[in-house]
Amino acid sequence: MTTPNGERSDHSPWNRLLIVPIVLPLLPFLFNADEPRLLGFPLFYWLQLAFIAVGVATTTVVYRMTKRGR
Amino acid sequence: MQEHLTEIIIFTVLFAVVSGMGFVASRWRRPDDLATLDEWGLGGRSFGSWITWFLVGGDLYTAYTFVAVPALLWGAGAMGFFAVPYTVVIYPMVFLVLVRLWSVSHIHGFVTPADFVRARFGSPTLALLIAITGIVATMPYIALQLVGIEAVLKSMGVTGHLPIVIAFAILAAYTYQSGLRAPALIAFVKDTLIYIVILAAVIVIPAKLGGWDSIFDAAQAKFDATPAPGDGILLNAGNQLQYVTLAFGSALALFLYPHSVTGVLASRNRDVIKRNMSALPAYSLLLGLIALLGYMAIAAGVQPIGKDNNTIVPQLFDKMFPDWFTGVAYAAVGIGALVPAAIMSIAAANLFTRNIYKEYIKPTASDADEARVSKITSLLVKVGAVACILFLDTGFSIDLQLIGGVIILQTLPAVALGLYTRWFHRGGLIAGWVAGMTAGMVMLYNVSSPTKAHFAGSAFPLEKLGLDTKTTVYAGILALAVNLAVAALGTVAARAAGLADGDDATHRDHYFADEGDPRLKDLDLTH
Repeated sequence: MTTPNGERSDHSPWNRLLIVPIVLPLLPFLFNADEPRLLGFPLFYWLQLAFIAVGVATTTVVYRMTKRGR
Repeated sequence: MQEHLTEIIIFTVLFAVVSGMGFVASRWRRPDDLATLDEWGLGGRSFGSWITWFLVGGDLYTAYTFVAVPALLWGAGAMGFFAVPYTVVIYPMVFLVLVRLWSVSHIHGFVTPADFVRARFGSPTLALLIAITGIVATMPYIALQLVGIEAVLKSMGVTGHLPIVIAFAILAAYTYQSGLRAPALIAFVKDTLIYIVILAAVIVIPAKLGGWDSIFDAAQAKFDATPAPGDGILLNAGNQLQYVTLAFGSALALFLYPHSVTGVLASRNRDVIKRNMSALPAYSLLLGLIALLGYMAIAAGVQPIGKDNNTIVPQLFDKMFPDWFTGVAYAAVGIGALVPAAIMSIAAANLFTRNIYKEYIKPTASDADEARVSKITSLLVKVGAVACILFLDTGFSIDLQLIGGVIILQTLPAVALGLYTRWFHRGGLIAGWVAGMTAGMVMLYNVSSPTKAHFAGSAFPLEKLGLDTKTTVYAGILALAVNLAVAALGTVAARAAGLADGDDATHRDHYFADEGDPRLKDLDLTH
């Protein structure tokens, strides 16, 4: 990725997506409950494990969308 | 010991195979010359996505984690699950930071985070502080890897310190010979074993215990029956902030550890790092499942050996698996200790060589001198770690590691913020480091529990600051806040007083360079 004056940069609007998986796991009111259970897992456990998938998805998207053309 | 014979045989055979691989590794991806730090200490800076995934995964998710996190859930419940948000938050957070570090390090041939600080802020003193912080924080971490092995040995009925000394002597020998290539190669075996064991565990054990529902219910029943107010399978009003700040603070600290940086700098290009930020969370899932072994142990009625909670997981395996598979599981934990221990000792040795030996003792050291000093230092570091375990109480190593997390965070302003801004004055950063260290130590000293008067954990109660609340916060975050405030004030003061600032050897463009860039320093190092 290059800026108009030819200098390289890591800036991209896609980078903002990375904030989502940083903030979600730090909001206990979202997941600090027993119900609803999923496959026997209380919400506290399955939702936090599900955040892993959010992290993978966002980093993958950002990587793909900001790849330098070579 | 007799009834564990099968386990011991399988453990020993796998351990021997892996040790053999460690020695052979010096020929793997063979360089012309191993006698440079780039080759011995960074594997030639040439690792692709797969090797990096195994290496960094094996480096960050240590054997100690695998026994200690479930032990924490077994004892305290939900609080121990902080390891999951911690390892979710980390990758998106460092996604852009690490590629900057990689680029500038390749342009200038940096081997350690302190190398970067020296060039960025023109201050050997600040670099020395960063290097010492890194070494001090890493040493107890290596010692803790021994705790992981010890838990397994204890469960096999093997007592005494001799087996651990032998294991570490072998480890020291092949790290000396092969450098970073040894843990990189062994990590393949270690992680494959761990994945197999854990997948089997999360399928077989819940089935035997009547499903996940009953596992969580058994855990809740246990915590309901204890008098302690802070435990349970959910968080309570008092420890939510601790949970969040501990996860966030641990995430901030992780890639400041020198051994994490070593793994990152060994990768071939920026894409390898970015791809790994999406791939490494596979280990986080594994860690989440491993954590739940603590609840399975509750449901299965497993008790630790003596008062050592770290034996919970080995005891659970022993009860649930056939002997031969328990042996495989024990080997996975034992070998799992070797990979991070090797990388950590290499990273600590590199810090000593680059930022103490070459800076202050022999500035004219050649590449071969550096490699030789690092190899010898890596041996000394391991002797030190073994001495920690032999002569100090295990609990003391855990205390030290706790302190390690708090102190490594104090390098964040210079290392991580330094990658983005040159605003800070070197004098301000040094003042901030001193203030943050002091604040952190004072806070940890004042954390008490019913059984311990000082250093009883990292949960600092806010009421000690005069606030009317039962809330606790991770001490590292508070210490970092003090550090940043002092660093900023110190910077303003230093500028106002007209104190000389150091030169910045880096240029804006250096932070975006990638493989194939003609300015890359390693091109003229490999000859």
